[in-house]
Amino acid sequence: MLFSRACLVVFLLAFSFLLGGTTARAASLQEALTHFTADDFSETIAGINEVATSGDPRALTVIRALQDGQLLFSAEKKAVYVKDASGKLTDAATGQPVDGTAPSDVDVVRLNNRLRGAIDAAMGGLTLLAKSASIRYDAAQAVFKSRQAGVLPTLETALAKEQDASVKRAMLEARAAIILSSGKASDEDKLAAVDIIRQRADQDSLGLLSSLPPDTSAPVLTSAAAAIGAIKNRLVLWEAVQNAWYGISLGSVLLLAAIGLAITFGVMGVINMAHGEMVMIGAYVTFVVQEVIRNHNPALFDYSLAIAIPLSFFVAGCIGIVIERTIIRFLYGRPLETLLATWGLSLILQQAVRSAFGPNNRDVGNPSWMSGAFDLGGITITYNRLWIICFALAVFIALLALLRYTRFGLEMRAVTQNRPMAASMGIRTSRVDALTFGLGSGIAGMAGVALSQIDNVSPNLGQGYIIDSFMVVVFGGVGNLWGTLVGSFVLGIANKFLEPYAGAVLGKIAILVLIILFIQKRPRGMFALKGRAVEA
Amino acid sequence: MTTHILIRSLDRGATLFLIVVAAIAILVPVLTLALPQSSAFYLPTYLVALFGKYACYGLLALSIDLIWGYCGILSLGHGAFFALGGYAMGMYLMRQIGTRGVYADPILPDFMVFLNWKELPVFWYGFEYFPYALLMVVAVPGALAFVFGWFAFRSRVTGVYLSIITQALTFALMLGFFRNNFGFGGNNGLTDFKDILGFNVQAETTRVALFSITCVAIMLAFLLCRAIITSKFGKVLLAIRDAESRTRFLGYRVESYKVFIFTLSACIAGVAGALYVPQVGIINPSEFAPANSIEAVIWVAVGGRGTLTGAVIGAVLVNYAKTYFTSGFLAPYWLFMLGALFVLVTLLLPRGIVGTLRHWTALRRDRASAAAEDGVREPLPAE
Repeated sequence: MLFSRACLVVFLLAFSFLLGGTTARAASLQEALTHFTADDFSETIAGINEVATSGDPRALTVIRALQDGQLLFSAEKKAVYVKDASGKLTDAATGQPVDGTAPSDVDVVRLNNRLRGAIDAAMGGLTLLAKSASIRYDAAQAVFKSRQAGVLPTLETALAKEQDASVKRAMLEARAAIILSSGKASDEDKLAAVDIIRQRADQDSLGLLSSLPPDTSAPVLTSAAAAIGAIKNRLVLWEAVQNAWYGISLGSVLLLAAIGLAITFGVMGVINMAHGEMVMIGAYVTFVVQEVIRNHNPALFDYSLAIAIPLSFFVAGCIGIVIERTIIRFLYGRPLETLLATWGLSLILQQAVRSAFGPNNRDVGNPSWMSGAFDLGGITITYNRLWIICFALAVFIALLALLRYTRFGLEMRAVTQNRPMAASMGIRTSRVDALTFGLGSGIAGMAGVALSQIDNVSPNLGQGYIIDSFMVVVFGGVGNLWGTLVGSFVLGIANKFLEPYAGAVLGKIAILVLIILFIQKRPRGMFALKGRAVEA
Repeated sequence: MTTHILIRSLDRGATLFLIVVAAIAILVPVLTLALPQSSAFYLPTYLVALFGKYACYGLLALSIDLIWGYCGILSLGHGAFFALGGYAMGMYLMRQIGTRGVYADPILPDFMVFLNWKELPVFWYGFEYFPYALLMVVAVPGALAFVFGWFAFRSRVTGVYLSIITQALTFALMLGFFRNNFGFGGNNGLTDFKDILGFNVQAETTRVALFSITCVAIMLAFLLCRAIITSKFGKVLLAIRDAESRTRFLGYRVESYKVFIFTLSACIAGVAGALYVPQVGIINPSEFAPANSIEAVIWVAVGGRGTLTGAVIGAVLVNYAKTYFTSGFLAPYWLFMLGALFVLVTLLLPRGIVGTLRHWTALRRDRASAAAEDGVREPLPAE
């Protein structure tokens, strides 16, 4: 009995406290909002300040609406409304839509420049002092860009309280930007500000330093000029790093596309013109896997690539073996005819996919762990590119291990080096051929999974890569896989470094000319097999 | 001397081929121009233009067969030489438009006015003169082939390596010609031609004349090729095709032979392109597409590599089939057929049509002579 009464008391207390709390807060925002209905500038300022200090979650919405001229009031009803993007009115205090027709006397809360300053300060206060670090960071960045002097007091308060290092950094930069562009601060402060901006070192800070107000004193100007020089150097450096990164990324794609081609060519002396179509098939396998997952079990979507990789290896590998058994084995010793036959095959495969899936691009999605990007110094690194580089290297290492440590790898190397001798030693060369072709095609299929993440999945997907992969094979040589690795990364990086100067097309032409000149020196590529055989 | 070469280069098949081509070159103008439209034998102009296009392809195939069939050089970039010849002719035709263009500029072609260019680029100079354009039709592809061949053959780039490099060459040229600032009309290429040597390119008589000229060009190129391959030079080419290293060890400068024949072949391809452009009325960068060059190789394979006549026949046959199938309800299946053609010809008909026919006749002749010998050996029955 006593216990239940105690419970009741506690419950009632809690309830009244809860109720009282919410009503108190709502009242405070409500009270603040009534200032706006007076249609008087000083009343509005009081309103802004009270709203900003109310601590209500809707305060930011109200202030923003005021800033954008979307805050309306009705003097008759003593009510304030926010007009949303679609033109509907909602109650400013509660966020509830207004029932029925709007009051006839609604009018926009008017602003003047003094009010705008107050709004900026209130906005800065609301966002710079927000609980979430990311909102504070964004606010600091926004202040850096807008450089509104009115935010400075709030910024100082926020700076004093700030714990998070990166947010603090952003706030310091924002303060430096305001100091530099306002012209009121002392030279010492300005020099310190230039120093801070110099460390930020991006395009924005370059813009800030090169557009200082005209009344800036000479020492600050010289210091700014020095900072501009330093930032430019840094940007050039980062651009080079960025190009190198793009080049490595392109190189990894080339590596994936070319490595299968290189082993088939190395072992069988056969250029498989349908290799690009194997890549394309791998991409379509990914598409099919994702379609099935979308329709039956969307929760598995993040694992779609893990399913697609072995499956595409299997599918493309099987197609490769079938091609080898039905066509290519009849053409050994006639590499040029093989080239034509596989070209014909590529036409058939392309048209088959076009009939089955349509000629348009199909939508292949990125799993969550592959989307997004992060900043590293001055460059942005996207996760899908990063994963593809890792994947390409993983495939390369796996293939290297396969060649070195397995019996099949040993047989493959033997056939590559000397086919008749390998056959005399009891290696079933035709079986090695079939498996090699299957392996090469399977790797192409896996490359297709990777490419589906960064390129359009269409029946022409493979064609875009085939000539480049050939260039890699020609450049790297077919003696061993290292040639392919070095070849693809050299070509990828060279391509990306030439592109800014010569444009994409001329860069490609330049690469081609360089390769033609290169094979003057080394007709069999960088890593040619050494031997005493004279062909034909 | 000339007659000697002529007699040497003409066997029965070659003579027959020349007679047939000559007959077509004479007959088509007669059927088109002399007969009334109501006649059953009347050839409409569009057919003349169509077969004129095939004849140009035939000439291109001939040039490919010369290097592939007789010297073992598989060029997957011969479309580049064809297109370069075509562009040279196209530039002449563009200059002939004069003030009749959309912008009526007396000197600049329309696309340059459109791109806001103020003066003619230097490499367009001289193309208003027909002889100069003709020279360029041969010289530009020839020079490119010479430089390319010089580098490629001297460093002994052979086989599939060479095929791929040639393919990359035409690919790079395609990318280049697609650009507006290259000065060749970019994406749209050169088109909207008005007249050639003062004759309207659209006129029936001009079309017929171009057709006959193409036939004559085929005959001349054919004779030239025959003369080369029946000479000692040709024997060395065959030796290079069949055993390159051995030929080199015998003391022949293989690369010189290759560079010469490659350059000559490129010149013939350039002429084919130059004849193609006025008949088709447009030249654009898609002619450089690697797929086109490979398709040209399959014409040769279908007709029979190393037969010359077969190359021309193959080009006409395959292209006729292409026109026939891509226009009807079978259009979606044409690429299947073309692909299957590549596979089946290389697998089942490696000699091509003409090559297989020759093989059969040779077999029959052998059998016949063997039978005749048997007949001699057997004692004749007493009368």
